[in-house]
Amino acid sequence: MHKIFRIDMTDLKATVETVPEAWAGLGGRALTSTIVAAEVPPTCHPLGPNNKLVFAPGLLSGTAASNAGRFSCGAKSPLTGGIKECSAGGSAGRIIARLGIKAIILEGQPKGEGWYGLIVRKDGVEIVPETETLGKGNFAVVEDLTARLGEDFGVITLGPAGEHLMAVSDISVKDPDGKLRSFGRGGLGAVMGSKRVKFIAIDPEGVANLAIADPAAFKVANKAFTKTLNDHPVSGQGLKKYGTAVLVNIINEAGGLPTKNFTSGQCDHHDQISGEQMYDNIVARGGEPTHGCSVGCQIQCSQVYNDKDGKFLTSGFEYETIWALGADGLIKDLDIIAEIDNVMDDIGVDSIEVPVMFAVAMEAGLLPWGDGKRMLEMLREDIAKGTSLGRLLGGGTAAVGRAFGLTRIPVVKNQAIPAYDPRAIKGIGVTYATTTMGADHTAGYAIATNILNVGGKVDPLSNDGQVDLSRNLQIATAAVDSTGLCLFIAFPALDIPECLASVVGMLNARYGLSLTGDDVVALGKQVLKTEHAFNLAAGLGDESDRLPEFFELEPIAPHQVKWDMDPKELATFWSF
Amino acid sequence: MKITVKLFATFRQGRFKIEDRDVPVGTRVLDVLHSLDIDPADVGTLFVKGRAVEVDRVLDEGEAIAIFPLVGGG
Repeated sequence: MHKIFRIDMTDLKATVETVPEAWAGLGGRALTSTIVAAEVPPTCHPLGPNNKLVFAPGLLSGTAASNAGRFSCGAKSPLTGGIKECSAGGSAGRIIARLGIKAIILEGQPKGEGWYGLIVRKDGVEIVPETETLGKGNFAVVEDLTARLGEDFGVITLGPAGEHLMAVSDISVKDPDGKLRSFGRGGLGAVMGSKRVKFIAIDPEGVANLAIADPAAFKVANKAFTKTLNDHPVSGQGLKKYGTAVLVNIINEAGGLPTKNFTSGQCDHHDQISGEQMYDNIVARGGEPTHGCSVGCQIQCSQVYNDKDGKFLTSGFEYETIWALGADGLIKDLDIIAEIDNVMDDIGVDSIEVPVMFAVAMEAGLLPWGDGKRMLEMLREDIAKGTSLGRLLGGGTAAVGRAFGLTRIPVVKNQAIPAYDPRAIKGIGVTYATTTMGADHTAGYAIATNILNVGGKVDPLSNDGQVDLSRNLQIATAAVDSTGLCLFIAFPALDIPECLASVVGMLNARYGLSLTGDDVVALGKQVLKTEHAFNLAAGLGDESDRLPEFFELEPIAPHQVKWDMDPKELATFWSF
Repeated sequence: MKITVKLFATFRQGRFKIEDRDVPVGTRVLDVLHSLDIDPADVGTLFVKGRAVEVDRVLDEGEAIAIFPLVGGG
């Protein structure tokens, strides 16, 4: 991969640049965060001309490596005000990589009211005025572009929420089935919308096999890597069958399933919204329990979920979404949860931020607890259409909580806290507080070691060892996010030594390097430090590395525990 | 004495979701696993009162034991 495509939306001009030496060894998150840190003034307005939206395949994207179909998108976040990197599956990342493009940088801002579509080809980018798909949902945009350009184009698209520049908006990516995957968190859709770009289509014409320095060694390493994915019970069996929603029952049992806007750690109707129930429904209705988000996926945690009549309701039906709607918002009907999931995909909003926001809105009395039908109306009639109410809701959890004078607002750096209560699972609390991303479970998934007995055991109710655990996980995650590999490879990586060794082996064989595990750890540290420095300069100092105060004041059932970690201990996170 | 057994994910196949059982005083979690023909090596996590326990934990009257295979997500 040897070129960078830079698209200047101020002058409507695209250029092809060679890759600077310093960026040659970077990919995925390492590259998006490095470019954002180098080129975006930390104090700029996220929706102004100085912010940039960067897409980058990972270091192994586009190769034959298993589970390497993911790519990264980064910018300054309109939600958190800090740096942001999201990872998504779908087809576009692999095509971009196989066109030899190391990164796409979208910058500037056009004058006037017009919108644009970008068509990325092997040798350059065409910037075309766009009217046809404006106001349309992501599914319609994908359908339209497939008819216009062809089945095989990669598509990166913006729903109506992104057009409205909402802080909850995401960016969608067409998957191999023509459905959607998302750069979900932090309002990146609004950044793309602020550049007035409705879609980016990637022409696969000219894709080529990537040069591999040592093809034989790559093959051996990939085979060993794939074996670890298949051998580990989580990546080899559990995720295939039940998807990520298998967590509903275990997190409920552990007392860490935030319920009714974080007022309890257990939910009475947990079994109705569980992965086991989802699996039974899928099988009974002719859906697909096992499904991949991108080419080359072995883990297949996705699924196709049909309604009672066997008609498609949603795909990629994730634990966090089901938890947020089902437990945090008390919606008991899995079919309505699936319908809401699909509508959120269509209008282009983060399916964690929005349901957590709705639970706060329920506490505020804006809609009744558990009222999925009313939520669907508000999504379709208010958020998608950009009414005044829709714009309030589209500001996210923190904006709605503030508007109604609430104190129980589950956010860190303005981003909604996901599906694990930090009072009952303290390792994940450290991650929420300290990650550069705002509250984000994926940044350092302490649940593995606190609850799931993957990568050892650390008592979830004790503060001991949690900062070290979270730090190690965050460093490893930053490295994995830079490879284009799915984060779920972490389950075998935490338990089977050959897993990480074979990832290093693939990197070496791909690029003709002689990296060790220590070099990969050093890359992870470098990514975190780059992101942290950006956040400090953007005004997110150590005092923003905190959980909301209500976690220190309100004990949560069943363990009756509060968040009680000494801020001084938390501050030691960055001592590396 | 009475205990409650809760099974999850693949452990439900050919067994049950939840069942009350009469067991002798002094019954350990391991005894429950044996009675269900569950290999302890296949167990991911065991919970009593929301706390992880080991297989040698002796159950008390009225307690519920939740038995999970190794699962994950996120």
